[in-house]
This record gives sequence, structure tokens and C-alpha cells, in this order.
Amino acid sequence: MVVFIALLASALRLATPLIFSALGGVFTERSGITNIALEGMMIMGAFFAILVTEFTNMPWLGVLAAMVAGILTSMILAVLSIHLKGNQVVVGTAINLFATSITAFLLELVWKRSGQTDSVERALTTNPFHFLENIPLIGKLFSGMTPFVYLAFVAVAVSYYVLYKTPFGLRIRAVGEHPRAADTVGINVYKIRYICVGISGMMAGISGASMSLGTISLFREGMTSGKGFIALAAMIFGKWHPVGAMFASLFFGFCEALQIQASTLGFDFVPSEFLQMLPYVATIIVLSGFIGRAVAPKAVGTAYEKGHR
Amino acid sequence: MSKRVISLMMVVMLVGMMLAGCASKPEPAAEPAPAAEPAAAEPAAEPAAEPAAEPAAEPKSELVMGMITDTGGLGDQSFNDSAWLGLEEAEKQFGIKRQVLESQSADDYSPNLVSFAEEKTDIIYGVGFLFVEAMKAAADQFPDQKFAIVDSSGLEKPNVAEIVFAENEGSFLVGVIAGLKTETNKIGFIGGMKFPLIEKFEYGFRAGVKAVNPDAEVIVNYADSFDDAAKGKEIALVQHQAGADIIFHAAGGVGAGLIEAAKEEKFWAIGVDQDQSHMAPENVLCSMIKRVDVGVLSVAKSVVDGNFQGGTLLFDSKNNGVGYSDKAGNLTDDLKAAADKYLEAIKAGTFVVPATEAEFNAFEAPSL
Repeated sequence: MVVFIALLASALRLATPLIFSALGGVFTERSGITNIALEGMMIMGAFFAILVTEFTNMPWLGVLAAMVAGILTSMILAVLSIHLKGNQVVVGTAINLFATSITAFLLELVWKRSGQTDSVERALTTNPFHFLENIPLIGKLFSGMTPFVYLAFVAVAVSYYVLYKTPFGLRIRAVGEHPRAADTVGINVYKIRYICVGISGMMAGISGASMSLGTISLFREGMTSGKGFIALAAMIFGKWHPVGAMFASLFFGFCEALQIQASTLGFDFVPSEFLQMLPYVATIIVLSGFIGRAVAPKAVGTAYEKGHR
Repeated sequence: MSKRVISLMMVVMLVGMMLAGCASKPEPAAEPAPAAEPAAAEPAAEPAAEPAAEPAAEPKSELVMGMITDTGGLGDQSFNDSAWLGLEEAEKQFGIKRQVLESQSADDYSPNLVSFAEEKTDIIYGVGFLFVEAMKAAADQFPDQKFAIVDSSGLEKPNVAEIVFAENEGSFLVGVIAGLKTETNKIGFIGGMKFPLIEKFEYGFRAGVKAVNPDAEVIVNYADSFDDAAKGKEIALVQHQAGADIIFHAAGGVGAGLIEAAKEEKFWAIGVDQDQSHMAPENVLCSMIKRVDVGVLSVAKSVVDGNFQGGTLLFDSKNNGVGYSDKAGNLTDDLKAAADKYLEAIKAGTFVVPATEAEFNAFEAPSL
């Protein structure tokens, strides 16, 4: 039981940044924009969360800064791919390179060294709801939960509600499927896409903050280690649906936790590489249509040109 | 039209900022050490040695030494930084000029080597065993160029000095400390990736634990990464939950996660490569030290003195290439005495520290 709870706690913590970023991906792709830049936005979020916390000693202000940094970074993607109709994949890649470099540069400017920052005094690595730890049996599960873990699930619920229960959500989906039709009924395609890219920037920013402020309380170059791309895979595995993306992220987190716990659980005869590859194999299987069908929003990846036939 | 202008401006801005980000370090201008400034900067260091070093430095200050980091880059608080420190020391002692190129990915190794070679740099250091293939090609392409590679052996080129370390010996010493210090009889080890270099750390460490505390169990995990700090923290928490009260890592950036976990859950971490106690003075018990700077400096000296030679140079406990350190003062005198006893025995060649699984299985703890 103890081991199982530890496994679950691990999985939840490892899945948290993935959930945020995958939700961000759901919003952009649902509105018809490919978002390769999640990784870059996460890096920006991770860095600015630590930067602001270092100087204000207020971690929640750091989270806010991460959101703002994520949104600003996402606006580069928005302007270049929505208004200027640049290739969305190329723009995304450029943003990833840009984010890696600019944070390394600022790190050196502020901390006068490269590699990693000092750890901040006040981070968000502990459970905010101590009373939950008193629940018998599963109380232990909550002791390692950061505020971000709870926030992630709130974000899933809100995203689901917005996308499927509000007129705004319907517009987003319409824009992603058939922008011309949406335009003819008076929906401002550009505006919807800008807002969605902004939301994804905000989500990815929080995701970055959950890794820096919520996990290791410092920023390190390369600390996101490709999680933005894994989140992208989780989004596809979750069939472009907020709840699906959540379960996919949890599954990915669970696989990683399982890999860590393998020796403790006594099945270290399974090569760790196998467990590591499991999430990606699953994604490929889903994509190839063996288990249900994963269909991308129809207009994803193409710029919309008003009045063009 | 205006769209074109805007897009052009944005592209220029993006590229400009990217270049700014990639720019190489602002060199400390490699002052050739005349004037009052450098003297004021380090009068306390060794005032006696300075006048002697200065005249000798003048004629040789033409030498340029280039260093190429692996993807960890400068600021890894580990072996790239340590190598850079070695060149800084060479700059002080011999008045050479040092330059650095940081590799963003493994694809940068070859271009970086070639660009230094074409500038006729006097010696080029490749930091990290991942350089091996690129170095082999570059050494053939530029037979007159002097090269040095850290952490790799077996190239056997006349123009490549190969700096290797006995990591197993340093790890053995911190293993001894961990084996004596543990209260739960469970100790953790986190490796970066499972290959022979990191296994030297693992088996050296486990042998050290076994030598002083045969009952202790060592929980071993590999992170399959050198920079996923979040995973490092997760592994550390799992090992701690399983009872480990001391955890040693040989996993680069992954270790930042271990040290954070140690701080939160109040257990001991053991640092690697450099003294890492500054990251958490109350929770880093000690650090296994790998003096990459000593290796780099000694090759630099051979270049300055004109007796550079290719081939393998081993740095072990005999020439202070590896060891342990405790800047935070967490080790009791007993623990230090025990570690030093084994250190002396290793130096004297009383026993050989295992470096591989087979050697570890055959390892009989020496009775000292």
C-alpha cells in the first residue's frame, strides 16, 4: 500500500507539467495552430518564475510572471503565424531556440554565472492543504503534492468547460475545423486564434513554473528536457481533448514513476528502456488508428487568409 | 507592404536576440598581468610567487588554448566548469590566453574542433568522453594540431592527450563515509546513464560501502538523463522512502533534484565532481572530487614547457586527481580518519578499487 501510494504520488508530480502544457496544446491546436513552441514557453516560464521570486520573495508573483512570460513568448508565435502566415513549425522551432538562448543569456546577466541559478528561499514545493494529510490510508499521498498538482486538475476542468460548454469554446472548435465557415457567420478568426495561442502560452508558463518553482526551486539550463514535446505527444494521445490529454499525461507520468520504482516493486527484470518507451509506443498506436481514431482539427497548421478562396 | 516591414523587423529581432544569447563569454580580457590591476585582484593568493612567475610568463603569452565544452556547457558546476578553472589557473601561471566554445548539441563537436584547429590554437581541449568520435576525425585531419580529451582513453593518437580519472577511487572514499554514517543501513546511488564511465562511480561507491559496512544495502537507479532534475528529485524521494538516508549521485544536472529533495526531506546527499556543499550546506555530507582542473592544467603545462605527448594520462588518488572534500564541515573526525586510512591504502597499492561489475563481484574488502 505504501509503495503504491508513493508510486501514485510520483506519477502525479511527474504528470503535472505535462498536463498544463498539453492543455495549452489542446487550445492552440483546436483553434488551428500547430504549437511546437510549448517547450520554449515552458523554459521562459521556468526562468521568469525563479527570477521574480528571487527578487520579490513572493513565489505566487513568480507564477504570475511565468504566465506573463509565457503569454509574451506565445505572442511571437501568434503574430508570425496568424498575421504574417509564417510556417508554424518553423516559427515554433525558432521560438524554442530563442527561449533556450535568451534565458541562458539573462541567467548570466543576473546571476553572473551560467548553468543554474541559486535556489530561491521560498518556493512552492510543499503541500498547501495540510489537513488532507490526516486522512487515514491515503493521507500520505497528499504530503508531497505541490499547489501545482491541484491547479492542474482545476485547469483541466476549466478547459473542458470552456471548450465544450461555452459559446466561446464552440467558436474555437469551429475556427479549428473550418475557419472560412466560421468567418462567414461573423466569428473573428484572427481574434480567436490570438486568444488561444495566448492561453497556451499561459498554460506552458505555469507548466515551466511547476518544474522550477514547484520542483527543484531553481532554474537550470535544459531542465525542461523535452517535456514540451512529450506534452505534445500527450495531447495527441488524448485526442485533442482536455480530459483525454489529462489521462494521457497521467499515463506518461505513471510510466516514468513505474520505471523509477521498478527495483523497489521487484520487477527490475523488465528493462527500464522498455518502460521508458511505452508512452511513445502507445502514442504511435493511437495515431495509427488501432485504438479508436485520433483525428486532428482539420485546419490545424494552415494559416487563414481572409477573403481568399 | 507594412506587413513585410514588420515581418522583417521581427525576424531581425529574433535572430539578433538569438545571437546575443549564443555569444561567447565576455573574456576577462586575458590581461597579460602587468600594471597594478591584476596585482590588486589577487595579492593574497601568492604574493611571493608572482614576481617569479611574471617574467617567465611574458614570452609565452602568445600561446592560445581553446576549450570546447560538451552539451552541459559552462556553469554545469561540474566537469566543464572544472576544466575551465584549470585553464584559468594556466592563464595565471603561464600567461596563456584561453578561449571557449560551448556545444549546444553533439552536432557541434566537429565544427567547433575544426574552427579552433583552423585558427591554429596551440591546444584544443574536448571536455567529455562524447567527443571521442569527433576528436578521432579531427586528429587525423589536423595531424600537427595538439588535442586533449577529458574522460576518454583508447584513441592512441600521437597528437591527442587523453586525460582520464580513477573515479572509482574517489567514489570508494565517499562510499566508505556513507557506509559508516548510515543509520538505516540503506544507501542510494543515482547514475546518469548506464555506461562504463558512470559504472565506475557506481561500483567504486558500492565497494566503499561494502568495505566498511557489508550489511548495508545500496539502492541503485539510473535516470537515463544528465539534465532532468525533476526526475532526479523523484528518484531521490523514492529511494528515501525506501529507507535510504544517504544518496550519492553521478548524474550531472539530475543531481540538483537530489539535493533539493535532501533539503526538503532532511537527509544527506553526496555531491560529485566538485564540492557541491554550497547548494545545501546542511544536507550535502561531502563531495566526491574529480580534479579535471588538475588534469587540464598539467597538459597545459606540458604544452608551455614544450614536452607535450599524446596518449593516456591517468589522474588517480596518487597524484590528487580524485578524492573527497567537505567544505561545509559536515564530516566528523572519525569519518575523515576512516576515509583517509583507505585513501592511504589505495595510494600505497594495498588493494585495487573495482571499476566494473565483474571486479566488484570479485572484490574482497581489505582489512585495514
